[in-house]
Amino acid sequence: MEIRELLAALLMLTAMPFFLAGTLGLLRFPDVFCRLHALTKADNLGLGLIVLGLMVQADSWQAAARLLLIWLLVLLAGATVAHLIARQALRTGQNPWRLS
Amino acid sequence: MTLLSALFDLLLLATLLWLAWRLLASADLFKAVVLFIAFSLLLALAWVRLNAPDVALAEAAIGAGITGALLMVALGRLSPEDACPHRLHPTLGQRLSAPLLISLAVPAAVAILLSSLLTLPETAAGLAPLVTSHLAQSEVAHPVTAVLLNFRGYDTLLEVAVLVLAVLGIWCLGEAQVLTLPGSVSPVLLGMTRVLLPVLVLTGGYLLWLGGHAPGGAFQAGALLAAGAVLWLFAGQMLSSRWSDLPLRLLLLLGFQVFLATAAVPVLQGNLLLAYPPGWAKTMILLVETLLAGSIAAVLAAAVIGGRPACAPQSFPPAGQADEEKQQ
Amino acid sequence: MNIPLLYAAGGVILFFLGLHALFVRVHLLRKVLAANIMGSGVFMVFIALAARAGEAGPDPVPHAMVLTGIVVTVSFTALGLVLAVKIEQTSGRSRLPRKGEEGA
Repeated sequence: MEIRELLAALLMLTAMPFFLAGTLGLLRFPDVFCRLHALTKADNLGLGLIVLGLMVQADSWQAAARLLLIWLLVLLAGATVAHLIARQALRTGQNPWRLS
Repeated sequence: MTLLSALFDLLLLATLLWLAWRLLASADLFKAVVLFIAFSLLLALAWVRLNAPDVALAEAAIGAGITGALLMVALGRLSPEDACPHRLHPTLGQRLSAPLLISLAVPAAVAILLSSLLTLPETAAGLAPLVTSHLAQSEVAHPVTAVLLNFRGYDTLLEVAVLVLAVLGIWCLGEAQVLTLPGSVSPVLLGMTRVLLPVLVLTGGYLLWLGGHAPGGAFQAGALLAAGAVLWLFAGQMLSSRWSDLPLRLLLLLGFQVFLATAAVPVLQGNLLLAYPPGWAKTMILLVETLLAGSIAAVLAAAVIGGRPACAPQSFPPAGQADEEKQQ
Repeated sequence: MNIPLLYAAGGVILFFLGLHALFVRVHLLRKVLAANIMGSGVFMVFIALAARAGEAGPDPVPHAMVLTGIVVTVSFTALGLVLAVKIEQTSGRSRLPRKGEEGA
C-alpha cells in the first residue's frame, strides 16, 4: 500500500508544473491561438497525470475505469471547444500574432 | 492534516468571494458571464468540501452548465451595452439615497447576521437522526432521495410546477429563434456530438438509477440529458414540427402530471397527500423519478431555446377570428 | 467558529454582495447575475449549517431544500433572461425605464 500511495503522490506532483505552464501561457501569450494551444495541451496532460495518480489509488477497477473516462471526456470537450474558439476568432478577423 | 484542509477551505472561500465581487463589478458583460461559470464550478467544489455530493452534482450540471448556456444565448441576443448610462438631472435625494442606504444598511445587516451566526453551536445533528431512523420506512437507501421524493415530496411537486410555469412564461413571450444555422456548423462539433450523445444518455440513466442508493437522482440525470439536447441544438439540428407539436408538449408535462397523480390518488382513497401505499413506495418513486428526468431535460432544453415552437398558434383567439371581429 | 460556520459567514457576504449589485447595477443581465449570486449565498448558508452535524452524517433536509432551490434558480434565470431580451427588443434599451421615460 505504501508504494501505491507514493506512486500516486509522485504522479500528482508531476502534474503541477503542467498546470502552472498552462496558466502562465493563458496569462502571458500574445494571441488567442497561442493561449488556446497552451491551455489545451498543458492542462489536458496535467489532468491525465492527476487521473493516473488517482487510478493507482482507486478502490476497484470500475472506479479506475470511470476516472479514465473522465479524462477522455475532458480531452474530447477541450479539443472541440478549442477548435470552435479558434474558428470563431479567425472568422471575426483576428490574425495570428507574428514576430514583427 | 486538518490545518492543510482548513487552509484549503479558507482559500476556496476567499476565491469564491473574490470571484463574486469581480463578476458583479466587471465592466464587460461577456467577462462577467465567464466568471459566473467559473464561480459556479468552484461553488460545486465547495459543496463537495461541505459533504454535499448530490448538491455538487446538481450545481455543476444545472448551475454551471445550463445557466451558463442560458446566459451565453441571452448575451448573443442582446445588443452591446452602452458605456455609461447618464441619469438625467438627478435630484439631491436621488443622488444620496442609494449610496447612503447601501453603505449604512448593508454593513449593519451583515454585522447583525454574522454576530448571530457566531452564537450558533459548532455541531448540531439537525434532522439527520430522524431521517436515518425512518429511512427503512421510505424504501430508498439514500437519505437525500428519501427526503426529496418521500418525506418532503410536496416540495418537489411544487418545484416541478415552477419548472412548468417557467416554460409557460417563456413560451408566452415569443417564438423560438434559430440557435445555429445548419450550414454554419463545424464538422468537429457534429462529430463530437455524435460521440457524446450516447454517452450522455447512458450516464443520465446511470445517475438516475444511482439515486436510489448513492448521490444522484432525477434532477442530475435530467440536467445531463438536457445538456445532450442543448448540444444537439447547437450542432444545428432542429426539431421537426411532427415532434415539436404534441410529443414535446406531452414530454414537458408528463413528469408533473404523473407526480401529481401519484400524489392525489391516496387523497381520493381517503389517505393523506403523497402517502405512498406501503410496499409500493420504491416502484412509485422510480417511476416518478424516470418521468421527472425526461420532463426536466425537456424543460431545461426548452428554456435554452427561449421560445415556443414555430408551429404553435400565435394568438388566442386564432388570427382568423380576430380579423373577422375587426371587420365587424 | 469552525469551518462550516466560516462557510456560512461567506454565504452571508455573498448574499449581500448580490443584493448590493441588484440595486446598483443597471443592465438587466447584471441584475439576473446578481440574483443568482444571492441564491448561491443562501444555499451556502443552508449547506454549511447542515454540515455541522458530526457523526450522524450531514443533515439531508437542507440538501434537499438546496436541490429544489437550484432548480427554482435556473427556472427564474431562464424566464428573467427571456424577459430581458424581450424588453430590449420592444423598447430598445436593456434597462428598466426611468421616471419620465415611456413605460415608467
